[in-house]
Amino acid sequence: MTTLQRKSVNPIAHLSPEDIEAIGLELDAIRDEIVASRGEHDAAYIRRVIKVQRRLELGSRAVLLFSLFPPAWLLGTAGLSVAKILENMEIGHNVMHGQWDWMRDPKIHSTTWEWDNASPAEQWKHSHNELHHTYTNVVGRDNDLGYGIMRVDEGQRWHPIYLGQPLWNFVNACFFEYGIAAYDLELGRNLKSKKRRRAPEFKARLKQVRRKIGKQVLKDYVVHPALSAATGSFLHTLAANAVANLVRNLWTHSVIMCGHFPEGVETFERTSIDGETRGEWYLRQMLGSANIDGNRLMHIMTGNLSYQIEHHLFPDLPSNRYQEVAPKIRDLFERYGLNYVSGPMPKQVGSAWAKVFRLSLPNRGAGKIAAAAPRPASGRKQPATRWQRPAAEAAPATVGS
Amino acid sequence: MAVTQTLRSGAWRVVELLTTPLVPADYLDVVAPLRNAGVLRARIVSVRPETRDSVTLVLRPGRGWRPHEPGQYVRIGVDVDGVRLWRAYSVTCAPGRLSVTVNAVRDGAVSNHLIRNARAGMIVHLDNPAGDFTLPASRPDRVLFVTAGSGITPVMGMLRSALHELSDVVVVHSAPERDAVVFGDELRTLAADGRIRLIERHTRADGRITPAELAELVPDLFDRETWACGPNEMLDDLGAHWALAGATEQLHVERFRPTVIATGDGGKVTFARSGTVIESGGGVPLLEAGEAAGVLMPSGCRMGICFSCVLPMTEGAVRDLRDGSITTAVEGDNVLVQTCISAAAGPCHLDV
Repeated sequence: MTTLQRKSVNPIAHLSPEDIEAIGLELDAIRDEIVASRGEHDAAYIRRVIKVQRRLELGSRAVLLFSLFPPAWLLGTAGLSVAKILENMEIGHNVMHGQWDWMRDPKIHSTTWEWDNASPAEQWKHSHNELHHTYTNVVGRDNDLGYGIMRVDEGQRWHPIYLGQPLWNFVNACFFEYGIAAYDLELGRNLKSKKRRRAPEFKARLKQVRRKIGKQVLKDYVVHPALSAATGSFLHTLAANAVANLVRNLWTHSVIMCGHFPEGVETFERTSIDGETRGEWYLRQMLGSANIDGNRLMHIMTGNLSYQIEHHLFPDLPSNRYQEVAPKIRDLFERYGLNYVSGPMPKQVGSAWAKVFRLSLPNRGAGKIAAAAPRPASGRKQPATRWQRPAAEAAPATVGS
Repeated sequence: MAVTQTLRSGAWRVVELLTTPLVPADYLDVVAPLRNAGVLRARIVSVRPETRDSVTLVLRPGRGWRPHEPGQYVRIGVDVDGVRLWRAYSVTCAPGRLSVTVNAVRDGAVSNHLIRNARAGMIVHLDNPAGDFTLPASRPDRVLFVTAGSGITPVMGMLRSALHELSDVVVVHSAPERDAVVFGDELRTLAADGRIRLIERHTRADGRITPAELAELVPDLFDRETWACGPNEMLDDLGAHWALAGATEQLHVERFRPTVIATGDGGKVTFARSGTVIESGGGVPLLEAGEAAGVLMPSGCRMGICFSCVLPMTEGAVRDLRDGSITTAVEGDNVLVQTCISAAAGPCHLDV
């Protein structure tokens, strides 16, 4: 685990290969326990959240029909912002993770869900579920690390363009849903060469995104405002919808930043995941994520991504169960002498932003020495084990480089 | 007409835009679940106990319902401990209404759940009627029904709707004891009125009926059109007996479960679209394996008849659980397999 090892203190130096596999077994047991106890209570939870969200959205939009009146505007905008956040986080993100697939309800299933966001569900599921959750925090593999436009690890080479990254990050936060759509399209990579630009597969995906954005824009900025025109509230409703989208974007961006960017979260080098065992995969998720402290409201509004560590360990367990898993995970961290990164939201957001500012400049001090240290040679060239549990006859654990 | 239609579909498109990325029905479902013609549902109107372990549900189907033919079954989807499970039940009433009778199956998740928890007002999911265990349009002169246990349910549907068109009906019904006979009173009343000849067999005391005994009880066996429904062993015996007499065409059979002859070897099953990969045992139908893994599997009768569960296999091998035959597909193929009666016989890829 090289990026780790080049730091002055290697956070996993004290763990033996047997320790790491033992951690994996413990986590598998916790997972099995939750899977076995999923039931009616959980199904009722997600149905209730969906019902509340739909009523809140309908109610807010109804109030916004009279958004000419400032109190109605305020109330409707606040309600719609919350509804959109709920829809994206606790519902959309988690349903598309397959957390509720076990219910076999075609209406609440990862393969049928579409969310209130610029990025089509299908593309988001690929870039998020397959790439980000498999290669979490692996520099060069996990595009969520800086979304391809920012430098968020000393190990990433500095370039003068990064001087502007605090600004890019702010712009990205304001238009986050479009940022996600562009990111899921891998625009940066696909626009580079003519061949990639013209690839039929890329063009089809581009068309899919254009259609989705078209519908979303028509809904929020044409059709709903037009309904309000009857009370002379066209522009007011348009503004309300724009603000709700902005609030949702800023909020989700902040939550996502808290997940992997705060101080204390580790990153990994590409070679470190060659032949990674299940235990090592779990360990990478444990060290590569950070939680947000908060109350029940905070957990629901972040879609339980305030339990980012638990979510990354078990991406497809129902989100309402992370809170019950968290104490066990924290205990596991303590027993194995690992750093469970968690903090209140303002602190975590501040920490993540501090990193964005710091890394907009070239490496200095300890960071420079660490980044310049020689990279260990990679000996193993087996394919990486994905997060799926390996078959019973898994290869014996080989850890350390 | 054309103008109003255009206006209407235009207006509908605007409503769809209002609710995108959801559809208007997603919001309507909250208040009027039976209105949605895209997702067939039913409300339980009343619940009537039949015997100690069977119960009749009277249902009011929502929009999109097609009336059944007597003898057909419907599939009912119920959330049991949060998981949507589907089972087929024979319709027991005359067309125009809808009622089913649920008999407790040992360890049966759905039947026991319904018997314990079904209440008037509950919403269940529904599928349109299917099945070819029905009477022909030109009613036969002489009819024999051979049933056992819950096998009486489709026959009850026929008796209640078509008995007035049948002149000579014999019902041979087996149940563990007198009190366990579903619709016992109704059958006995029909017999007392001389509308059917009823032969009740209580197997706990007298044992299972054999084809030889049946021939004794109903001497003109092969002069009748026969409909039989019950456990597989009974139906297999009857099938053999009728085949021996060269009268197979006069015997119509309804099975509740497929007969498993041979199991596969198991293997790794990949559900391509959802990206799910599982190890599946040789005796587990692909349908059940997929459902257990949370894949949205199309399903139907669950016994290899209706072909609703068919999926393309792009690669791999499966074994038909009913006859042990192997079906294979190599890369580039698109072999349709019935997932409800096929188990993995090696690694296989399904396009779902």
